[in-house]
Amino acid sequence: MPEKVMFTMGDIACAEGALAAGCKYFGGYPITPATEIAEWMSQKMPQYGGAYVQYEDEIASITSVIGASWTGTKSMTATSGPGVSLMLEAIGLAVMTETPLVLVNIMRGGPSTGQPTRGQQGDIMQAKWGSHGDYQIIALTPASVQEMFDQTVQAFNLSEKYRTPVFVLADETVGHMREKLVIPDEKDLKLVSRKQPTVDPSEYLPFKADEDDLVPPMALLGSKYQFYATGLTHDERGYPSDKEHIQIKLVTRLQDKILKNADDIIDLEKFMLDDADIAVIAYGTPSRSAKKAIKDARAEGIKAGLLRLKTVWPFPEDIVADLGTEVKHIIVPEQNLGQVYHMVRSAAAPTPIHLMAKPAGMPQLPHEILAKIREIDSI
Amino acid sequence: MTESQIHFARQFLREEALPSPFCPGCGNGIVTNSFLKAVNDLGHSDLRKFAFVSGIGCGAWIPSPHFKADTLHTTHGRAVAFATGLKAANPELEVVVISGDGDLAAIGGNHLIHAARRNMDLTVICANNWIYGMTGGQVGPTTFTGDRTTTSPYGNPERPFDLARLVAASGANFVARWTTAHPIPAARAIRTALERRGFSFIEMLSQCPTAYGRRTKSGDAVDMIKWMKSLPVRKKDEPLGHRVPTKDLLDLGVFADRDEPSFLQSMEKMKEQI
Repeated sequence: MPEKVMFTMGDIACAEGALAAGCKYFGGYPITPATEIAEWMSQKMPQYGGAYVQYEDEIASITSVIGASWTGTKSMTATSGPGVSLMLEAIGLAVMTETPLVLVNIMRGGPSTGQPTRGQQGDIMQAKWGSHGDYQIIALTPASVQEMFDQTVQAFNLSEKYRTPVFVLADETVGHMREKLVIPDEKDLKLVSRKQPTVDPSEYLPFKADEDDLVPPMALLGSKYQFYATGLTHDERGYPSDKEHIQIKLVTRLQDKILKNADDIIDLEKFMLDDADIAVIAYGTPSRSAKKAIKDARAEGIKAGLLRLKTVWPFPEDIVADLGTEVKHIIVPEQNLGQVYHMVRSAAAPTPIHLMAKPAGMPQLPHEILAKIREIDSI
Repeated sequence: MTESQIHFARQFLREEALPSPFCPGCGNGIVTNSFLKAVNDLGHSDLRKFAFVSGIGCGAWIPSPHFKADTLHTTHGRAVAFATGLKAANPELEVVVISGDGDLAAIGGNHLIHAARRNMDLTVICANNWIYGMTGGQVGPTTFTGDRTTTSPYGNPERPFDLARLVAASGANFVARWTTAHPIPAARAIRTALERRGFSFIEMLSQCPTAYGRRTKSGDAVDMIKWMKSLPVRKKDEPLGHRVPTKDLLDLGVFADRDEPSFLQSMEKMKEQI
């Protein structure tokens, strides 16, 4: 398909990104403010030769997505905080069985039912720590309609490459805002599919990872390869084991395959940071306010810059630590009571970190962030 | 050993995964036997065409890791939802769920009735032992009223589900209930279930001497098989009616036998209209 230009909302850009990435299965359950993704996919999936199934709850929708992915089908679901809360156990299963899938969370106000039609960034830590046990996750944080498309494609690529669930964490404002979207010609899109085994079926070990990237090739259901997948701790054959060394080896590899490939995974934008004394670290909607505030601060002669996180998990610890040595102060505006703030604090200490917390739907406005920059500049 | 001495089921089993972890006297071996006999009777020499999905609990270990096939051992209660995703994404697969009553009817009850409502193209086999066996004998949604278990020490005050009637009423194309005392009729019903499009459900009443037998003082495996052997068999086309299962009033046989459009057929029809 040639390049196409749309004026559309973030949720629909996300769905279009999934279609462009080759998604052929969507397990859905309606929830504000993510419903538009399910609606768009229910319309498009059959036209693209895929399947949309609406389930009885979010637990079923995510579990079906794991099942669909095992057939080799690129699969996704989209929900909001309350839905993710229901999906957490299954996310652990996807991590443990190394199942590629994309989970979109259009973040709304919480806790509990909260403010369904108002955005927030309250689910950052949930994405990382929500399911039980030790594991790493990949989570992307788009800040525009275009990035909803681009980063959904990227989410599929990363999930396929590293055999892991990948979150797209967009605040409601990004999900519902309308902007210009350019859908590139499909030949200009770089798409990744999971690697498949090449060994003789008699030698196939479904959970034996390749040494370079720590990711095991993934056989398709119904292929000549036979596999056994379980949420139980398993050896390279996939068989359950209660042995200590098997548990340590598996959990460590699941962690390492993300952390040791962090440089490949992490995406961020540095804006006017080179000579900055004050850095703002932001993501999603507040990062757009921050950009304007920094331009205004520069016009006043204040050396401010922005580190915009497009990946929050794995957290770009080294980059933030380096930044801490280069600037005098770091400001973190977040639409929550401070989540990424804690990660910045642990990476960049002892540089002073100033949290601008706002657990509500209207993001920090440019003039508010500018006022904070001025205040810190005058210290 | 000569070929005739090798049990027919061994060709379908992963030798390295044997012996099974089941207790002496457990009914899961007979459930396994009935299922593999049905597969064998259908002319399969291996399980290549099948994908098996199970949840959590003793019944979930029937296919996993023992069946020489693609086997997926999922989270508690979610086997049917997982299997629905498999089937919707790749209709070529023959997807079978084998799990227990706690997994399929308590935590997974909603998925079970909705898959039946969709007439999803799946075969679900429920090993019903009326108790949570793996955790040591707690009351569940199939435990009879009055049964004393570790979490109903004064007798179960609740009523049990009649799973066969529940799934039949939810819209499944084929539903049957047999027991480990009836391995041949059970294998025949499983064969029909595997051949039937849409949702098929086989409830296999199965003794758990370790948890159910011990906790409820129902005796050992032999006592329980004798009891199940005495259960009434439904007459063909006898009205379903409504009844709360008791140890005497648990009828066996076929509860639904129809050929309504399956999920995949309905999807195809929908696509033609786009």
